[in-house]
Amino acid sequence: MSTHETPHEKVARLAKLRRDGGVLRDYRSPRYDEPFIMEQGTPGERGVFVPLAEEAVTQAVGEAADYIPEGMTRAAAPVLPEMAQYQVMRHYLRYAQMTLGMDLGSDISEGTCTMKYSPKMHEELIRGHKAADLHPWQDEDTMQGLLEIVYETGQYLKSISGMDAFTLQPGGGSHAVYTNACVMRRYFEAKGELDQRDEMITTIFSHPCDAATPKVAGFKVITVMPDDNGYPDLEAFKTAVSEKTVGCMITNPEDTGIYNPQIDKYVEVLHDAGALAFTDQANANGILGFARARDAGFDACHFNLHKTFSSPHGCEGPASGAYMVTDELAPYLPVPVVTKVGDKFHLDYDRPESIGRVRGFLGNWMCVIRAYAWIRNLGPEGLKEVAEISVLNNNYLDNLLMAVKGVSRPYAEGHRRLDQVRYSLQQLKEDTGVGTEALRDRMVDFGIQSYWMSHHPWVVPEPFTPEPCETYSKDDLDEWAAVIKKGSDESYADAAFVLDAPHAQPIDQMLRTEAMEEHDQWAFTWRAYQKKIRGAT
Amino acid sequence: MGDTPFVHPYIPNSVPATKQTMLDELGLSSVEEIYAEIPERLRFKGTLDIPSAIRSERELRKHVQGLLDKNTSAVDFMNFCGAGCWQHHVPAVVDEIINRAEFVSAYCGGDYSDLGKYLTRFEFNSMLGELLDFDAVANPIYDWGDVAGRSFRMARRITGRDKVLAPAHVSPMRLMEMRTLCQPEAMPTSTKIRFYEWDRESGMVDLEDLEAKLDDSIAAVYWENPTYLGTIEAQGAEIARLAHEHGALAIAGVDPITLGVLAPPGSLGADIACGDIQPLGMHMHAGGGCSGFIAFRDEDPAFAQECPLELYTVMETKTPGQYAVGEAMAERTSYGSRDQGKDWVGTASGLWTIAAAVYMALMGPQGFKEVGETCIARSHYAARLLGEIPGVRIRLSPSFFKEFVVDFSETGKTVAEINEKLLGHEIFGGKDLSSEFPELGQSALYCVTEYYDQADIEKLASAVKEVTA
Repeated sequence: MSTHETPHEKVARLAKLRRDGGVLRDYRSPRYDEPFIMEQGTPGERGVFVPLAEEAVTQAVGEAADYIPEGMTRAAAPVLPEMAQYQVMRHYLRYAQMTLGMDLGSDISEGTCTMKYSPKMHEELIRGHKAADLHPWQDEDTMQGLLEIVYETGQYLKSISGMDAFTLQPGGGSHAVYTNACVMRRYFEAKGELDQRDEMITTIFSHPCDAATPKVAGFKVITVMPDDNGYPDLEAFKTAVSEKTVGCMITNPEDTGIYNPQIDKYVEVLHDAGALAFTDQANANGILGFARARDAGFDACHFNLHKTFSSPHGCEGPASGAYMVTDELAPYLPVPVVTKVGDKFHLDYDRPESIGRVRGFLGNWMCVIRAYAWIRNLGPEGLKEVAEISVLNNNYLDNLLMAVKGVSRPYAEGHRRLDQVRYSLQQLKEDTGVGTEALRDRMVDFGIQSYWMSHHPWVVPEPFTPEPCETYSKDDLDEWAAVIKKGSDESYADAAFVLDAPHAQPIDQMLRTEAMEEHDQWAFTWRAYQKKIRGAT
Repeated sequence: MGDTPFVHPYIPNSVPATKQTMLDELGLSSVEEIYAEIPERLRFKGTLDIPSAIRSERELRKHVQGLLDKNTSAVDFMNFCGAGCWQHHVPAVVDEIINRAEFVSAYCGGDYSDLGKYLTRFEFNSMLGELLDFDAVANPIYDWGDVAGRSFRMARRITGRDKVLAPAHVSPMRLMEMRTLCQPEAMPTSTKIRFYEWDRESGMVDLEDLEAKLDDSIAAVYWENPTYLGTIEAQGAEIARLAHEHGALAIAGVDPITLGVLAPPGSLGADIACGDIQPLGMHMHAGGGCSGFIAFRDEDPAFAQECPLELYTVMETKTPGQYAVGEAMAERTSYGSRDQGKDWVGTASGLWTIAAAVYMALMGPQGFKEVGETCIARSHYAARLLGEIPGVRIRLSPSFFKEFVVDFSETGKTVAEINEKLLGHEIFGGKDLSSEFPELGQSALYCVTEYYDQADIEKLASAVKEVTA
């Protein structure tokens, strides 16, 4: 190595080495050996003081206990920790440190999840009392700012989707998809066709909620499998559509990242049968400003504000699903709907055709505030740049991953993917015994978040699905591919070592997997564990 | 922006040289070649109708904060409204932990890389289980109304019966969510909600009416404690007994912050409990602080098997004494079995379970006892002062926890008029019940928690006296 190397040259050299699989991060997760909080503390310790009733209050009304009806007084105090404040804080800070999350974990890994950077300034906005300490039943005159943000965000999403109306009540993507099933149900109930139409069509590469939520709404679900090219089989789709069809709930691009170029034909088939078409746009990152659901004929679609529009994932929520519809379906949206009359914003409850509610109050509007700020920060050109770079990143990463031994990319040979790719490690598994789960548990030893494998069922065997959205730099992509290459190299050289992973995590390999399925072994709480496993009474 | 390349702080590869290097590696001249996958007829050719970018962080902050500053918060004004979302004190340590970048940014990372998230979830389940007196707590989802509806569906699957009984004074908003989940009654897989009466004097359920309506078609009897109208339901054990006599399940909807002083649903014989964890350390966020839980008995595995939410179990590792946490029976959920799963799960409110874990650990048994006593004492003090105002009457039972019904009918003014005038005193008045419960006249549901002290309550009383005069 040159003795004249400048710092800049050193960075470039290490980046190249990483990319070649030569040098990876020497990573060790924090390991605190921290006992459960239920095992900690000392009787009498306090974590926080709460206000006590003033003497004058007690003199006026007597003791609180006097107001509790007979038999309703708690007999034994709850067995909760008794722990001082610093010790509680430290305990959870240690847990935080044993959580890689996205901010630390270069989370190209979790495909279908769009793990993009959530700007920190937005957190400042939503933590202030003007956002955090609003009561949902406040007079609408006292939350005009919030309503304006929600209304304007709705207008932007209308433009991005081509739709006419919106609701931001659903508390997540699947919740918005459920809302769609309920809106379609109400539409046909209003038309008097509900006893005739009871079948919803989805595809196997659409998110599981596209199958599960119409079932909850009371429909039979027909799942169309892919053809040889990975597209939903159009002939099978046509066969599935009949006078019994409510509609479809499908993703495009699907989990595979393949854009279905005939998507409008599927919609036509539905419309010809008097049915409706919904597209699940949880993964809209690659098509922002390039393709719109309405232009392919869809009647409804949704977005995940916590994926495409930067609201953080928060250990799986709070989240927000934006549900978008045409004018024809607008009367059925849940109440209240945010409207604008003159310069004033309203919560409109007077909607007799509405499905009612899918959620209490208004929605997870802290997510909407973040999405609003994000859209305003990027503007129309920026949104297209987001899409373009996420697609470029994905294809660049694809080029690197397809060079890794044991990795393959089923379906649609010769076609490029948009925002994500579903790969298979079937060859690696056959050659070495190391499958996708084992590789996932090894990759985290390099300080990279574990990848998303696939929704079930695994149509693609031994799957993994990265999604390198616009957040990630070329060096990040090089490093990520190098980690997969390293895992592959290790598997071919010493599979036992990989199968014994992880080696640099807060804990060692998990045992007692029977606890996941057996009644006498599972313990959903500490008290259940004491009774079942430790045999305490 | 013209021809200036768009290089954004959130998009490192928007640097033209980087983009070119990557395109070169792919043998492409532009990203447009990839977009050729979308046929021309489906391409959007217009410009998005979105205002041009506010690029600098300072100016964006000023713009959005300017909009938010149009709001009047429950810190600017005093707030005496609850009705499903309550203003309790949030300890600083709760916010410190849930604002940690690791927790804010984590998602579905694996058992090892996101271990701390899973350990916290298990601790949340364990501590909530102690409060509720249940061995099994599932991973929370959207909110109380949602989990109540899911509990009904769960009971339907366990018992094979298709009707549930709910008290007629159930929260109307929650009822709307339940109805959406239970499907229109004409549908063959619908769950039918039937109602039993409540006593207009005590606010408690009418046991005779419940007994009259119970038969072997009833999957479950649901009740709430405290009731939507604030009263403490003293007959929980009797409701559960009657339900069991008819082979039905007993489902309790509970506000968990009451459980330092009130008997937990497990001890009353409930089979399933549901409710909202928002009081346990969540800011209100205009209702975004809500998150619904389901807990149940674990003697019969059918409950876990029919539970629609994710379940996490404690596990062990190769190193003795080391714990891990894994998802149990994942096949049962929609992620495992799509439309063959139990209802569905999805991203909902994970960060709030972390907040609630920290809250429960900070409060401990003594904190929960004290917060309960303070809520009861101060809300009764407020009721006492308001009830002394001419024309103002406190309705229903004297046993309430933090919410109570204030009837303004005899003042000759509507709740809407009174609440509007209270804004002039920098006060958010109680929830207007006049359309939800017309039989209560011009009544409002007031909420007084430990957040507001004696002086605040006296200020409220004097303002109400002035605006009703």
